[in-house]
Amino acid sequence: MKARVHVMLKAGVLDPQGEAIRHALGAMGFDGVEGVRQGKVIELDLADGASEADVREMCEKLLANTVIESYTVDMG
Amino acid sequence: MRAAVVVFPGSNCDRDLAVAFQRAGAQVSMVWHKDTDLPEGVDIVGVPGGFSYGDYLRCGAIAAQSPICRAVKAHAERGGYVLGVCNGFQVLTETGILPGALLRNAGLKYICKTVDLVVKTSASVFTSGYNGGDTAAIPIAHHDGNYFADPETLAALHDQDRVAFTYAENPNGSARDIAGILSENRRVLGMMPHPERAADSGHGGTDGMALFRGLADALAPA
Repeated sequence: MKARVHVMLKAGVLDPQGEAIRHALGAMGFDGVEGVRQGKVIELDLADGASEADVREMCEKLLANTVIESYTVDMG
Repeated sequence: MRAAVVVFPGSNCDRDLAVAFQRAGAQVSMVWHKDTDLPEGVDIVGVPGGFSYGDYLRCGAIAAQSPICRAVKAHAERGGYVLGVCNGFQVLTETGILPGALLRNAGLKYICKTVDLVVKTSASVFTSGYNGGDTAAIPIAHHDGNYFADPETLAALHDQDRVAFTYAENPNGSARDIAGILSENRRVLGMMPHPERAADSGHGGTDGMALFRGLADALAPA
């Protein structure tokens, strides 16, 4: 069983890496990219029986820093 | 003063921090990240700079879950003193001992240079060796030193006189130019600049020594 966790900087938290990507895309001629946010994806291989609540607890305690990041969990 | 300096895999300022404590007159023990207890009678724990656990996941995130960090957190909760420098500051925010977080520098570059800090308060054992408003030239060396906290936290830090140091010229995008903050009981200091790298004439500057001397003066009889 797999779970996939997406971690993103919260709205309002400056993402200088996303900004750098946006600038690079503009310089390459890709017009119309108004914003870029960079995050991370963490895939977990879980033993049967693990619940979304377990994964959310992992996010709260380690996988995301909820001071600056938000997360979403996809199970299965 | 009895000090313990934590060593994580990837710490690289642990020895410098220990030497600075020793120069100020402290007895220093080094503690390994797998240790579950601090040595008996330790007054202050130093959490050093470096790249603990390779800065995997987020700077300080894995270190914050290490066995020794549970002991450091318990020490802080008992009213013990803690100094976190650079990666050590990141570890202290990741453990929740200090509020906020350290983001990637706004300019994206790793910055390694000596900067002027403004001492915002002398009301702590860490800053009692300075006068409020003093300028201290202290090196920074970080990629993720851009202090972030929500507006309520920033207001509380300001209102409670818990901003220990600010940058005279903001190098990294830090909120309110913050370089170092104190805990609510003023016994935990986290700072991105490296006072232990300005603690010997051979370093090219000694403005960091007042921090260690002030600590020794305050904690010597303990």
